[in-house]
Amino acid sequence: MSEESPTLRVDFLLDTEYQYAVGQYGTQFFTELRDRARFMGVRCPECGRVYIPPRPVCGICYRELHEWVEVGPEGTIVGWTVVRIPFIDPMTGEQRPVPYGFAIIRLDGASTSLYHFLDETDERQIRVGQRVRAVFREKREGSLRDVLYFRLLGE
Amino acid sequence: MSRRVAIIATGQTKHTARRPDVNIRELVTEAVARALQDADLTMRDIDAVLLGNMEPFEGFLFPELWAIEGWGGYMKPSVKFNTGGTVGTTTAIAAYYYVASGIYDVVMAVGFQKQSEGHTQTAITTVGDPIWERSVMAGAIGNFAVMATTYMHESGVTEEQAAKAAVKARRNACLNEYAHLQMPDITVEDVLKSEMLAYPVKRLDMCPQSDGAVAVIFAEESKAQKLCPRPAWVKAVATAHEQQYMGDSPKRLAEMRSLIAASRRAYQAAGITNPRRELDVAEIYEVASFAELAMYENLGFCERGQGGKLIDAGVTELTGELPVNPSGGVMSTNPIGATALIRVAEAALQIMGKAGRRQVEGARTALATGYGGNAWTDVIILSREKP
Repeated sequence: MSEESPTLRVDFLLDTEYQYAVGQYGTQFFTELRDRARFMGVRCPECGRVYIPPRPVCGICYRELHEWVEVGPEGTIVGWTVVRIPFIDPMTGEQRPVPYGFAIIRLDGASTSLYHFLDETDERQIRVGQRVRAVFREKREGSLRDVLYFRLLGE
Repeated sequence: MSRRVAIIATGQTKHTARRPDVNIRELVTEAVARALQDADLTMRDIDAVLLGNMEPFEGFLFPELWAIEGWGGYMKPSVKFNTGGTVGTTTAIAAYYYVASGIYDVVMAVGFQKQSEGHTQTAITTVGDPIWERSVMAGAIGNFAVMATTYMHESGVTEEQAAKAAVKARRNACLNEYAHLQMPDITVEDVLKSEMLAYPVKRLDMCPQSDGAVAVIFAEESKAQKLCPRPAWVKAVATAHEQQYMGDSPKRLAEMRSLIAASRRAYQAAGITNPRRELDVAEIYEVASFAELAMYENLGFCERGQGGKLIDAGVTELTGELPVNPSGGVMSTNPIGATALIRVAEAALQIMGKAGRRQVEGARTALATGYGGNAWTDVIILSREKP
């Protein structure tokens, strides 16, 4: 019974498990990331855009994409923040420790950007346009978490 | 050739943080009853009903069944819409299509959400691709914050200018009896000093979570003229969708590709060449202060990089040249499945001259937008004049 209202309320818990097919392009990308610690994108034969995440079709030109090209591991910060609000990590169900650096990163050679973590939590040390480099895990499993974070590079 | 369509009535609940006193059926009934009363119609006069709700934010599926007596869908032609932040405008645009097609004469669009009963942040997480985005995502606020720094970098907008938009929204909301947040004394200083969530976004830069419902009735020309002394004619509608991943759009807030595409398409259809001069009022889907300033630029209310200066100059205040969100906007009221339809309802109230203390004097042309999590945009232009 609610304290603020005379009407009744009930609590319920929804606990569900899902599976998700990464797909052919994603599997290729994450296999390369796991086995060779490198990022692979696909180039559109019409507009020349290099897509990360790789995908079968350029949504802008409606062209099929087959040409794989390596991008990164260095890149540039397009946007950034330091997250201070608690957030439940959707992959683990645990609250992610705050604060942590978070950024939109354009990998060298890519036309699109990735969201990932930064190794910096001081707002005064981060800026748009700054150069970063991926730091890979020793033991990789084929997920974006094979990249621990992106390290800010000196000027 | 499509038929002329007008909005003839609206109804809203008093939006608030929690409505534990009613279930969703009862909540929806309040808004629908007010819209029917506004038009002096009964549910029997409504040919079709369209429902908008962002399921499963409340933790259940088929809201159309749960609330069916509330929104009047029993045995009527109906469809449910579920398009994120754009739910309300998608529902409105569909209602427009239903009537413009000549198939139905009077159609009601209904939207609702009870954010208090769900896990919105958790549900929004499922917008992201599990392997590409969820593993590194930072929630709606973290994801918004990284776009805000891009926008600040591109436009030179300051935290203080963004705070002014937040203050404008909350002060306008005090003139709106349906608005959720009521903060008459809020200052720019209050916004700047509120809790830092993720730089540059502070608590008072963001929209609240609300419970609420809204209903809007659309009618074809002859019925509209018979039923409503001053209908709000639909002059143009447009939608545009982004690519899938958040990193696909090069500059996100700084260059909102879908908002640019949809608004230009709508302006062209409505014969608008200078939106700042030709629009009298705008009700836009700004989930946060920085987004409002970015939207000024992307909607063409000012040149690139001038969003901050526009708020500094007071252009978008209730008494300014182009008032934006006299209702208090999303920053004051956000029952997601209703939010964009509230923009349409508020734009219609302005054209009808029924906006009370938030009325923009002599408003003849109004813009309403919806904006979704993955950067989808809907734009609707309403007018005192028949299209």
